[in-house]
Amino acid sequence: MNAYNFLFKPFQDMRTEDYASVGFKSGLEIHQQLMTEKKLFCRCPAGRYSDKFDAEILRHMRPTLSELGEYDGTALMEFKTKKEIIYEIQRDTVCTYEMDDTPPFMINEEALDIALGIGMLYDCIMIDELHIARKQYLDGSIPTGFQRTTIVGVDGKIPFKGREIRIVQLGLEEDACREVSDIGHRRTYLTDRLGMPLIETVTAPDMRTPQEVAEVAQLLRRIVRSTGHVRTGIGAAREDVNVSVRGGTRVEIKGVPRIPRIPLLTYHEAMRQWNLLRLREELAGRGITTQTLAASTEDITRLFRRTLYQPLQSAVSSGMSVYGVRLNGFRGLLRWQTQTNTYFSQEISDRVRVIACLTTLPNMVDSDSHGQALTSAEWQTVGKAFKASDDDTLVIVWGPAEDAKLGAQEVVVRAREATMGIPSETRQALKDGTNGFERILPGPNRMYPDTDLPPKAVDAERLDRIRAGLPPHITSRERWYREIDVPEDLIERLSVSPYAPLFEKSVKEWGLSSKLASVLLIQYPKRLKKKGLPVPLLDGGMMEDTLKALRDRRMFKEGILPLLEQALVSGQSIGQLLPSPGTILELKESIVQTAESLSNKKMKDDQSLIRLAMGRLMQKWRGRIDGAKVADQLARYLNKETE
Amino acid sequence: MSEANLFKGYKGPALDVLKNFQAQVWSDAKISTAKGQYTGIILPRSETEDPLHIVLKLRSGYNIGILASSVTAIEIQGRKEAHYKIPEKEFPYDPKKPRVKLFGTGGTIASRLDYRTGAVIPAFSPGELYGSVPELADICNIETEKLYGVFSENMGPEQWTGTAEAIGREIAKGVTGIVIGHGTDTMHHTAAILSFMVQNSPVPIVMVGSQRSSDRPSSDAALNLMHSVKTAAESDIAEVMVCMFGPTSDTYGLLHRGTRVRKMHSSYRSTFRTIGDIPIAMVSRDKITPLRRDYKRRREDKNVIINTAFEEKVSIVYYYPNMKPDIIDSLIDNGYRGIVIAGTGLGHVNKPLYPALKRAKDKKIVVYMTVQTLWGYVQMYVYDTGRDMMELGVVPAANMLPEVAYVKLGWALGQTSDLDEIHKIMLTPIAGEITEREPSNGYLILQGGIPEVEEFISKFRK
Repeated sequence: MNAYNFLFKPFQDMRTEDYASVGFKSGLEIHQQLMTEKKLFCRCPAGRYSDKFDAEILRHMRPTLSELGEYDGTALMEFKTKKEIIYEIQRDTVCTYEMDDTPPFMINEEALDIALGIGMLYDCIMIDELHIARKQYLDGSIPTGFQRTTIVGVDGKIPFKGREIRIVQLGLEEDACREVSDIGHRRTYLTDRLGMPLIETVTAPDMRTPQEVAEVAQLLRRIVRSTGHVRTGIGAAREDVNVSVRGGTRVEIKGVPRIPRIPLLTYHEAMRQWNLLRLREELAGRGITTQTLAASTEDITRLFRRTLYQPLQSAVSSGMSVYGVRLNGFRGLLRWQTQTNTYFSQEISDRVRVIACLTTLPNMVDSDSHGQALTSAEWQTVGKAFKASDDDTLVIVWGPAEDAKLGAQEVVVRAREATMGIPSETRQALKDGTNGFERILPGPNRMYPDTDLPPKAVDAERLDRIRAGLPPHITSRERWYREIDVPEDLIERLSVSPYAPLFEKSVKEWGLSSKLASVLLIQYPKRLKKKGLPVPLLDGGMMEDTLKALRDRRMFKEGILPLLEQALVSGQSIGQLLPSPGTILELKESIVQTAESLSNKKMKDDQSLIRLAMGRLMQKWRGRIDGAKVADQLARYLNKETE
Repeated sequence: MSEANLFKGYKGPALDVLKNFQAQVWSDAKISTAKGQYTGIILPRSETEDPLHIVLKLRSGYNIGILASSVTAIEIQGRKEAHYKIPEKEFPYDPKKPRVKLFGTGGTIASRLDYRTGAVIPAFSPGELYGSVPELADICNIETEKLYGVFSENMGPEQWTGTAEAIGREIAKGVTGIVIGHGTDTMHHTAAILSFMVQNSPVPIVMVGSQRSSDRPSSDAALNLMHSVKTAAESDIAEVMVCMFGPTSDTYGLLHRGTRVRKMHSSYRSTFRTIGDIPIAMVSRDKITPLRRDYKRRREDKNVIINTAFEEKVSIVYYYPNMKPDIIDSLIDNGYRGIVIAGTGLGHVNKPLYPALKRAKDKKIVVYMTVQTLWGYVQMYVYDTGRDMMELGVVPAANMLPEVAYVKLGWALGQTSDLDEIHKIMLTPIAGEITEREPSNGYLILQGGIPEVEEFISKFRK
């Protein structure tokens, strides 16, 4: 018992030492969509989302063998659920490839270039020859039943807080469907996102606290964004978080949509694993081990003909079955806390829901949980039927006969797993920061070579070409920004902005002030957006023209914002909106005029006269003729006069 | 193990490196290169790939190729050889259930990975079948026999004859129905020739395959097998049929008459269509629903006629504009005895071919006209050119599909060299290969994009 006597504190009270004491380890798998015009293995447009669809397809999935001749655990689990999968299809975004009615086309080279570039930013060992694999997903999220995926780099690293976070691998793969619903034996998917190019970044379990996990996620996000070739917005990046504690198992929390949610989710998973390990100790203390666990299941529909508990009543009256489970010696343990306000009974209920397709909640009741709707008399009847003792826990599930039977068996399966520790699972992120069972964690056995596509060699020339176009690492960018006094609050955003290369050019080549250029590139778009202007129209070209106009002193910095605003409202280009440049002839004329108007003025000396003349001339010509040129012409004119 | 097997598929520099470090395939190895280290299992390499890379299965299950010339060391830590094998289970026997014979000829209905080519090759064993589709045992008792293990494009007269004879033997033994696993590419050729070689069958003869190999979770193989086995065991349709997906969805299959069916898409699941007519029936896991009544019924007797005659010197000529007579001449010069032309429109070829056709007639080579439109009848009276050709001995073959006419002509020429007899065999429908009428719903290629078709597609699963 000693090894597990630490008790989790509330989230905000947990300290780094606390996480160290439970042996907290966490890694990330980040899925990031790439900004390409087309999908990865077909020529459908990428990034067009719509909830509308024209047609439906129905499929079932069956487990198949891995390359090494083994079945995958998840695959078998999914087969047990006997799901009917419906795909909703829109003809503009999906072709016969995504429907799995046409073999793949060759890999999208644009996507591959982006992935290779990011691999090099991670300092990965780049793979010489890519092999496309099929990663099986029997949940139906991809109509083929597998995801085409390939590793482009391994063993990378990124600097973090004076140490390194190891990058295990970088993969390039096709995105899956969006789930619409999953009720009973029917799961429905929208296919618009299916097949879009995605990179998967897998880190080693190098993070020591839940906060670090979020920080590393942010860092990785900023690195990939610095290329300017990844998609942004809702769903464009999804994080899976792997968590384990000492003595625990690697568990994956899937599809965290926002990085700020990572710490609490990660904390809860660590807590859950810790508490499940404590539960195992408790069971062992009661003499319940994997070998000695005793349980029985039975159809007890007959006992509930006259129940007043509504869910059971309607189940029985509509011809469904009720199954009971006796877990010998488990008394009280279904109320064993696993996460905040979450108990072991939830682990069981989740399994019953997913495996046996008993998706209408509540899907079970148990004798440990108080305040439930069965009367004590009913529990006694059930107990009698099972010849249960006070030390036992009784669980009741209901549904269509076969599902209810499978559900009852699954209760026992999950109870047995409690004697072993923590099942290898993928878990879904819930809104309150806790997590729920999703499916059994798939292993390497679900990998199969894609016999439809040949291997693809990546030669050094290709890598060199891509490397030449890569942005500098964000940390080196940031160091430079600090050296040249970019405002501190702009540094992080500028370093991953697609405008970062333009900023560098403005400062290094055009001699513009770092403050002015960074404010223009990062802050002004935000200000304009606040005014409700169509900021997406602000393309790189428009920004470059503005910066060039500043370089050429064709405008003042005070004029930038009004100019951009005018450009967005009118749809005119920056060039059209700038005052037209003056000609030498015009300048000469105005020098003559200016000189004449000043001829009556008494001046202290020639220099004062020149200063005054320059001032008047620049008032008229600033932004239209270079000041140096004005000075030069003025000097020439004055020289002539004196001769 | 032979050396070729120790380094399976490797050649050139990659082979040299593996030999140098005595690293055989299936070694669990740590490979060091100029760039870094990789740990995994050395896999065989596909023979068609370049000689420069070594394939390694990483611990994550992913495969990668390592440039052999960059390898500096290989440290062998163990060995793990793949045994790609579906768990075999003996097919359970139930004396109350009908007996179905399943013949295997090859194709993707059952398949496994081939390291030589990196592609999927066919495999077939009854235990494997039960191991992967246990639902079959709910329908019947199954006996299996692997007749051939060839891709369907390699099926030919030898295999057709052997299959027909095997069917005859099984019927004599009193089987309830026969299923033939076959690659899909030429399934309609085999279905047609079996319709002629096996006549008066008292039981269903069902051909089946798959468009997605059974090593894929979304494969149509399992459901096609269930449909075909159900048809063989339970239906009263005693004909040669092709049983494949109706729609692309996993919902029902169609039973197509062996002489009217054709593969119409290179990769779709619902690729097989009945041409110029409607299918015989629909089949789902629950029931068989006839779509017509004019099929031959199951009988209790065993009076099947097996006639495996076949003349191989037969060809199909797919006509194209500006075809030169030397195409026909070369067939004549090479001793061909029969030619099926797939002509344009109602059955036409250009005038420059006429002298060659005349030569064929003079040499007693029979020439039949079919249409490359696939749908519709040959009608050679409509235009003068058609009449001219008939003068030259070209015989219109009504609405026989070109491939069907081809196998039937081989079968007819195998039986006789008497021209009148041949024409009689060719033009007398034996198994629905020529129909007297084309029903109004026999030609339906829905045109996508049209509102009413889109409405239909949105209402019914594709």
